[in-house]
Amino acid sequence: MPNMSLVKNPMPEQAPDVRNKNFDEVALGYTPETAIEEAKRCLNCKKPLCVAGCPVNVKIPEFISLVAQGRFEEAYLKIRETSSLPAVCGRVCPQERQCESKCIRGIKGEAVAIGRLERFCADYHMAHGEDVRPGIVKNGHKVAVVGAGPAGLTCAGDLARLGYDVTVFEAFHVAGGVLIYGIPEFRLPKDIVRREIESLENLGVSIETNTVVGKAISVDELMCEEGFEAVFIGTGAGLPSFMNIPGEGLIGVYSANEFLTRINLMKAYRDDYATPIKHHNSVAVIGGGNVAMDAARCAKRLGANVYIVYRRGREELPARAEEIHHAEEEGIIFKLLSNPKEIIGDENGNVKAIKCVEMDLGEPDASGRRRPVEKSDSDFIIEVDSVIMALGTSPNPLIKNTTEGLVVNDRGCIVANETGKTSKDGVYAGGDAVTGAATVILAMGAGKQAAAAIDEYIKNKN
Amino acid sequence: MNKIIEKRVLNENVVLMKIYAPRIAKKAEPGQFVIVMPSEKGERIPLTIADYDREAGSVTIIFQVVGATTMEMSDMNEGDELFAFTGPLGTPSHTEGVKKVAVIGGGLGCAIAYPQAKKLHSLGAQVDMIAGFRNKDIIILEEEMKAASTRLFVMTDDGSNGNRGFVTNKLEELFEAGEKYDEVIAIGPLMMMKFVCKLTEKYGIKTIVSMNPIMIDGTGMCGGCRLTVGGKTKFACVDGPDFDGHLVDFDEIILRSGTYRETEAKAREAHCNLMKMKVKGE
Repeated sequence: MPNMSLVKNPMPEQAPDVRNKNFDEVALGYTPETAIEEAKRCLNCKKPLCVAGCPVNVKIPEFISLVAQGRFEEAYLKIRETSSLPAVCGRVCPQERQCESKCIRGIKGEAVAIGRLERFCADYHMAHGEDVRPGIVKNGHKVAVVGAGPAGLTCAGDLARLGYDVTVFEAFHVAGGVLIYGIPEFRLPKDIVRREIESLENLGVSIETNTVVGKAISVDELMCEEGFEAVFIGTGAGLPSFMNIPGEGLIGVYSANEFLTRINLMKAYRDDYATPIKHHNSVAVIGGGNVAMDAARCAKRLGANVYIVYRRGREELPARAEEIHHAEEEGIIFKLLSNPKEIIGDENGNVKAIKCVEMDLGEPDASGRRRPVEKSDSDFIIEVDSVIMALGTSPNPLIKNTTEGLVVNDRGCIVANETGKTSKDGVYAGGDAVTGAATVILAMGAGKQAAAAIDEYIKNKN
Repeated sequence: MNKIIEKRVLNENVVLMKIYAPRIAKKAEPGQFVIVMPSEKGERIPLTIADYDREAGSVTIIFQVVGATTMEMSDMNEGDELFAFTGPLGTPSHTEGVKKVAVIGGGLGCAIAYPQAKKLHSLGAQVDMIAGFRNKDIIILEEEMKAASTRLFVMTDDGSNGNRGFVTNKLEELFEAGEKYDEVIAIGPLMMMKFVCKLTEKYGIKTIVSMNPIMIDGTGMCGGCRLTVGGKTKFACVDGPDFDGHLVDFDEIILRSGTYRETEAKAREAHCNLMKMKVKGE
């Protein structure tokens, strides 16, 4: 008999006033009892719409019914059949727009907490399960993956399972891409990312860090000189945008990428790491996406009073619902319908304030969202000593500039079809490098598609 | 990987290291840089490639001991391995079509100017090199620079090597003597580059400077190295490090370069205290 409760079982969390002073994980996860309770809310639909809502098509009702029976390790293995990084997805996917948005239970009440259950299974496996190296028969073909982020790791994992010899090239000194440098510890503990990557290495994936493809070696050289039969490009969208307003060169202005990289990758908030970070008193974060929320919540944890300045309204905030909720709970102040015009500095070149203007929402623009327009004579000043620009990112031109015959569009995104095939034979691409800044799970979906297409390509060629 | 195969102390504050990094040595060109991380918990810092040997697979870096990371590196020895060594990054210096050039190095900047002079000299250009130092005790790479140039002028601020004056004094003297250069390349402290550019602007001679701002990734991701060139935001790591000196907003970058000065000073103090403790045997 299913559990007919209309609401999800809540997941325990650190109290807002405690967690906004530490970098430990905010959400604490279900206990086995709660997981079983929640799993029993699933109606096990004959035609599960949730599966279609997942970019990697996790077999949701099947794994949930295993959870309901207390068969947690089997539930984990069911998820692993289609997803390379369950512990990550359970934490960072926008479930409310994907699997959970399609759940029948959501019509009257709340959807089944699919994300929380996925996270539970992955965490259970890490605590109790053993990583058994499946009996993979090597097929003798070599594939290179450029970029060890969600797209690249997924593609590498799938190809390794099919028997390919996969080498992942990563520019940073650690693999993980945005999972390591972008998403903060309190949302996605780095230990979990490391363990997920270790389990890929157990499949035989080899990762070469500190290697910038496009500089130390080109895509063409990988194929012609190093014997890779295909290359997958998953280099993400790492190039930060600025607003080009006066004062962006002042001391205390950062791109969200710089601020988050200092904290998440370089661990600047910890005394035992050498990278410095300034502890500001008052910080304005410009933007309303997940990256803006992450930057704001990091700044709060370093002791600052933090504002989010966003030019549209609450409804338009692109961040995940849970992140907005958590940010508000933690005391972040939202200045909505506000747009910066100028950053004001003191005589030593340090930020001392930001001048903004109030906005109204006008007619919908090309993106379908109502276009913000300035209200006249509505300038106002917020006193801050730091400004963080979280305005979105675009793909890095390094690969484009060094790979002959690779077509990109006017935004610098690599042009690829739905299987990841690019204009260049044997070269596939996916994730933010193709779509522009999007989500972890969409990148994983693209990595998965490309792995299947690369398998097909190499089989047909030989 | 990344093994230190040679270490030389060039003066009390400047250290040369040859690192075994065949992939980088194979591709390196003058003007490019590497990102170095001495240990797992260390910082990522950019250092310009001072030389490379494609056959031996080695890359030479020269650094001044200023902050925690360079102190940590200066404590490392031959046989030790750097945790990370990534490159070659940045756009190589443009060397084509330059027939007669003045290459100016200020202090440690000579380590960056030297490979550019060497390349231009090997391509047959007439290279007049002006190297400036505070005093004769901290002169570095004199033999190397001599071999890489047609004429070498070493200047000291205090005149202790017999040639008193700034690099700009020498350059102006050469201009006044009627020397016509296709290009001036100036690499050194921001102040020096700013004043060289002021001078060459007066004489209408194209001037290339090499910028070395704060950086984390070195591939265009953090934006920490941004500067304003000709009114536009540029990233030194991917658009540079070489820029047209007459278009660079030096005043802005001089302000920004001081962002972590306090942190550096604290690191020096902490390191000194540590050394004292070591000496005392505590």
